[in-house]
Amino acid sequence: MRQIIRFIEKYRYFLLFLFLEFFALFFTIQSHSYHRSKFVNSANRLTGGIYDKLNSINEFWNLKSENQHLLEENTRLKNILSIESINSINEIDSTTHYRDFYYSSAKIIKNDYTKRNNYLLINKGSKNGVTSEMAVVNSKGIVGVTKSVSNYKATVISILNEYSHVNAKPKNSNHFGTLSWDGKGYKTIQLEDLPRQAQLNIGDTIITGGKSIIFPEGILIGTIKGFEKTDNVYNSINITLFNDMSSLSNVNIITNLQRKEIQQLEKSNNE
Amino acid sequence: MNNNVIKHIVWFVLFILLQVLIFNNIKLFDYINPYVYIAFVFYYPLKKEKGTFLFLSFLLGLCIDFFSDTGGINAAATLLIAYIRIPVLSTILRKSDFDFLLFNIRSISFAKSFLYILTLTFIHHLTLFSLDYFSLNEFGSIIYKTIITAAFTISLIFIGIILFTKKR
Repeated sequence: MRQIIRFIEKYRYFLLFLFLEFFALFFTIQSHSYHRSKFVNSANRLTGGIYDKLNSINEFWNLKSENQHLLEENTRLKNILSIESINSINEIDSTTHYRDFYYSSAKIIKNDYTKRNNYLLINKGSKNGVTSEMAVVNSKGIVGVTKSVSNYKATVISILNEYSHVNAKPKNSNHFGTLSWDGKGYKTIQLEDLPRQAQLNIGDTIITGGKSIIFPEGILIGTIKGFEKTDNVYNSINITLFNDMSSLSNVNIITNLQRKEIQQLEKSNNE
Repeated sequence: MNNNVIKHIVWFVLFILLQVLIFNNIKLFDYINPYVYIAFVFYYPLKKEKGTFLFLSFLLGLCIDFFSDTGGINAAATLLIAYIRIPVLSTILRKSDFDFLLFNIRSISFAKSFLYILTLTFIHHLTLFSLDYFSLNEFGSIIYKTIITAAFTISLIFIGIILFTKKR
């Protein structure tokens, strides 16, 4: 017994070091698993509040370009409206009309793109109807998927993250692949697991495939920058993103209204 | 509560805010993000109780992790350099001019303090990026990122030391 006490006394700093390092590694490993929600995240009240303050100062710098984006998007949407006949739109009653997705707005208050696994922070949380695994997009295209949610804030797994696996396809075909990021530069991401039958050309547009309950079909991603083909199998298809991930501000959160039903069906299938 | 304790608490909070509000937003060439907060580990007096120091370093790293959504990588790396700080120092100084009580970064020669900061920064960054990438396949990227980020961090820390500490 005395020897144990002496041992602990002699190595107490080393034991303290091991004890704390264990916690640090535990949090690290937890953050590398996609399915578990993270304990260490910036969606809590203190960090979220500080980022809110910082953002309210920084916002002024890019008001002009952000206004330009919104104007462009408005113009685009108005042009779409002018093509459709106004009457048919008036007749839709949004409470009874069947719809899959609901868009709401949010603002990015923390942006990261230099790490291997990047997370963003948005200023909407569970009180605004945000839950984990919701799509986050802006007018130029895909941004990410929500993860940890607190009352008024939520973290977003950026597409610039090893653990972001979004279903995607070329616009002109129905062959699906998965988006991934190799960590080299925030302007390009990779498309993987695309079947060999798909015909690709440089400059083709890549959009989301809609084969998941998170993203609707047809959200813009980017254009093909280049690809290699060995033994007829595609490897490393590089995609230039439409979005400039280094300056993000206003985004939309997409709620899948049919999510519960789909999940129930999938569950009953598995049983 | 004496003056020194308050001073260290102020530095602790200041390093977190500096890192989060300023240095995390410096993205040199859209790629390099310096980690200047580890200067807390270099600056903290050697004579203080070692357990408190280890715990503070862990807490400092964890606070940075909370802000930057990085799990526990900053906590793990900062705790490691806090633990090996004294062995590294005594190796560099060869115990001859090693005085626990009066140790100050400006009191040792420039070459030695440079080597001290270089070693610890390199170990910190290597741990940080290894845990961030979490894959042996990307060893090249880890080393590359460690070297360029460490160069940037060390330059900033030295500018800080020259500007804000008194020469003894």
